[in-house]
Amino acid sequence: MKVLIASPLRSYTNAAEVEADGSTLGEIFADLDRRFAGIRFRMVDEQGQIRRHMRVFVNTKQIWDLGHKLAPDDELCIVQALSGG
Amino acid sequence: MPRKKAKAQSKSKHAAKPRNLLLVATRKGAWLFRGDGARREWRADGPHFLGHVIHHLMLDPRDRKTLLAAASTGHLGPTIFRSTDFGRSWSEAERPPAFPKVAAPDKGRTVKHTFWLTPAHAEEPDVWYAGTSPQGLFRSQDGGRSWAPFSIINDDPRYRAWMGSEQDGTPDGPKLHSILVDPRDPAHLYFAMSSGGVHESRDHGKSWTPLVEGLEVVAGFDAANLTFHDPHCVRLCPSNPDRLYQQNHCGIYRLDRPSKVWQRIGKAMPAAVGDIGFPMVVHPRNDKVAWVLPMDGGTVWPRTSVKRRPCVYGTGNGGKTWKRLDSGFPKDQAWWTVKRQAMSADRADPVGLYFGTTSGELWGSASEGRQWRPIASHLPEIYAVEAAEMG
Repeated sequence: MKVLIASPLRSYTNAAEVEADGSTLGEIFADLDRRFAGIRFRMVDEQGQIRRHMRVFVNTKQIWDLGHKLAPDDELCIVQALSGG
Repeated sequence: MPRKKAKAQSKSKHAAKPRNLLLVATRKGAWLFRGDGARREWRADGPHFLGHVIHHLMLDPRDRKTLLAAASTGHLGPTIFRSTDFGRSWSEAERPPAFPKVAAPDKGRTVKHTFWLTPAHAEEPDVWYAGTSPQGLFRSQDGGRSWAPFSIINDDPRYRAWMGSEQDGTPDGPKLHSILVDPRDPAHLYFAMSSGGVHESRDHGKSWTPLVEGLEVVAGFDAANLTFHDPHCVRLCPSNPDRLYQQNHCGIYRLDRPSKVWQRIGKAMPAAVGDIGFPMVVHPRNDKVAWVLPMDGGTVWPRTSVKRRPCVYGTGNGGKTWKRLDSGFPKDQAWWTVKRQAMSADRADPVGLYFGTTSGELWGSASEGRQWRPIASHLPEIYAVEAAEMG
């Protein structure tokens, strides 16, 4: 599955777009962490919640649930809700 | 920053000399300042982790080469970075401090950031302690590569009640800090919480005892309730581990063990200055000498210098009397605030003192505070300053 990576996380991936395998969002995050060690904890906290300023979109629809089912041809976009002045 | 070794953002190629080092953690990254032998000239190396919030940057005094940086950003989760070559390369902790996952429907806690780093006893190489926001105590046994919750306090109902809610803490979140290790005994530990008081363990963290007798709380609150205790910074004298000094929300204190009763030595401060502040610094070889940096804790707690004139106060007699040390500081319209980790002493003779302000100024004195000089200006908001010696 194609995963678009937000710029603050590209120090892990060295790429704006990477591949990851999994049938749920949680599995995708786990696979990303196998490929790019440490990246999951920057996005998901120890209670399994997507962190406050992270946003995940599947085919342009925002999702929050790590159990969300994914199809192989879905496109995942991880972005950050940048804020502040 | 990936866990694999990565080129640091700095291009500095300084060799191991000179050995004086200031570790400056800021809201926008970390800097290493290398000083000459006279501690007059300092060369900046940084930023490391530009854009990261660095809460504490600490060199391991046991090997004088392992650096740990407690990092987060406004958006990514917290982590810890490690370097053994003075920041030329960094690797990320494989398992940063994190609370245990709690099964639904209960709601577990999440570490917002690691706030405090303390190397353990000299007989425990590679062991470190970390304090977090919200209040949590963690330990690493492998030089900061992996961390696990330490002792009972993170989940103990009594301690959780004393910690209060995340709404009860400082503006940047409640914190566990001032983790102290008795240099005579690795099992003898202290820590402090804002809020939650000061605590002592004599059995390597298996059990803890509150140590708040004599400490005052804000008027109208019950001092018997540890939730209302707000120690800002506690230091143990290296030359006499039975003596502790504390800068508290409600004054400056000293404790001489085995007594359990803190004495408010800040009452000897000038009334016009008061004894409120955040940092507390002790002399490396003389337990009668300590320094504080007072701030305005009146009305709505401006957290600025007192009457717009910054000053350090030092005592040479355990707090019986205090002397103003402000030579070199601006004499008017200077509104500094210095956070609790942002003031430090080196081990030279005479002792060097250093602090960093929230407005990004780094100051130093090579004369135990008698004369101050600016070291750097225009840095980001400074969160922590540690004086260290390179190996």
